[in-house]
Amino acid sequence: MENSGIIDIELWRLISAYVFVLLLIFIFRMRGIAREKKLMIATFRMTLQLAIAGYVLTYLFEFSNPALTLVVIIIMESFAIHTIFKQAGIPLPGSLKKTIAISMITGTMFCLLFFNFVVINFEPWYDPRYFIPIAGMIIGNSMTGITLSVKELLQAFKTQRDMIEGALMLGADPKAAVKPYVNHAFDSAILPTINNMLGMGIIFLPGMMTGQILSGVSPLLAIEYQIVILLGILGSVGLSVIIFILLAYKTFFNKDAQFLPEGN
Amino acid sequence: MNRLSLFAIRNLRYKDILNVPYIEIKAGKVTCIMGESGAGKSTLLKMMNKMLSPDTGEIYYKDTSLEDIDSIQLRRKVIMLSQTPLIFPGTIKENLHMGFKLTKKDPVEDMALEQAIHKMQLEKELNDDSGNLSGGERQRLALARVLLMETEVYLLDEPTSALDEETELNVLDNFITEAKKKQASIIMITHSKKAIDHFGEEIIDLLELQENVKF
Repeated sequence: MENSGIIDIELWRLISAYVFVLLLIFIFRMRGIAREKKLMIATFRMTLQLAIAGYVLTYLFEFSNPALTLVVIIIMESFAIHTIFKQAGIPLPGSLKKTIAISMITGTMFCLLFFNFVVINFEPWYDPRYFIPIAGMIIGNSMTGITLSVKELLQAFKTQRDMIEGALMLGADPKAAVKPYVNHAFDSAILPTINNMLGMGIIFLPGMMTGQILSGVSPLLAIEYQIVILLGILGSVGLSVIIFILLAYKTFFNKDAQFLPEGN
Repeated sequence: MNRLSLFAIRNLRYKDILNVPYIEIKAGKVTCIMGESGAGKSTLLKMMNKMLSPDTGEIYYKDTSLEDIDSIQLRRKVIMLSQTPLIFPGTIKENLHMGFKLTKKDPVEDMALEQAIHKMQLEKELNDDSGNLSGGERQRLALARVLLMETEVYLLDEPTSALDEETELNVLDNFITEAKKKQASIIMITHSKKAIDHFGEEIIDLLELQENVKF
């Protein structure tokens, strides 16, 4: 790999870290677990994607301008939305895809703009050194949150069909009929973020903070950044998931309040 | 159509399940729907509750086409009890309250709840956990729940299939008596010959009705 020029680690030392991948391959072989291929692909993609990201970021920082920053955000959002579609595990109906895209974009953008203009308030507003990593954390975590809620919701609508229809038959409106499952999906999506906050600083130092400390920033400044970014992530996951869920359940009903387990 | 008409169905077709030229169901009666498995009994009931809509044909409720009635408003007047009893996690009382909660109405006093489960021959306390109920007890709890709700029509899909014959007849007898006090009509699917003989004021044989029509 060619990233030795950017990172202050000698090339052979960088390569030596791949010994951990070999360790995993050894364990998979020993135990007869069929995960080797996925691990290899993941290792390869991680290396390649980060190498490209390294060069792209260097370029962006050098020639910073608003259009470039916006293009990067659009690419990140599109990639995140596409990943959610794939992670769902089944082909999603068109209206659900639209819902995912709308909730991702509105949820993350609202939080990102609030974060950049109110919480950090850096100049110029498009400074890629701030804008891009913050957007990455916010978009990435919302992507995970929405993916979890998509899975939960689809699962519940499949297994709880009798319960949902039973409630409708009594005269419940769709909102009331799906309420427990919608709430559960929201809870499942937000819980990892909350659990993450619980262990913060004691069990682990998160990546961003570790990176800042390693690069010489004082730990006190690093935790300031870490606190605000965690709160930003919490807000963004919460907002994008609730927008998604409130729009999504409606796509499983027609105008006659009839339940469509396959979606619209 | 005369003023006693509750439901009128004309030329109803739904996939290859139902092809019904004509049905008229009278108000204030206990109507039993019979027919072998797969005759489309549950499908027909779901159409009267607007859980499904026919591909072609018309269904009228009190002379108004179902197409012109809001689904949720209709379902609150024409309550359907599904074949699988709807039991939520929680106590018996919480389950009885669910009927009011789901339809945004205020629950009744505990005394009335106790009477309802007693009439359905469910010998349990209101605070008992509903998770431990047997299949037959779940059916009786679901029946007690709808009995407490204000409605014009009860659509019952095999409401007592998990009960022994004697309990079945007692439970249905009590249910029908209470429903008639409220002037509610009952349309019921059942496989029990005894129940049909005892309570059926009108009988619809879905298989016979569809015998001479092609799908």
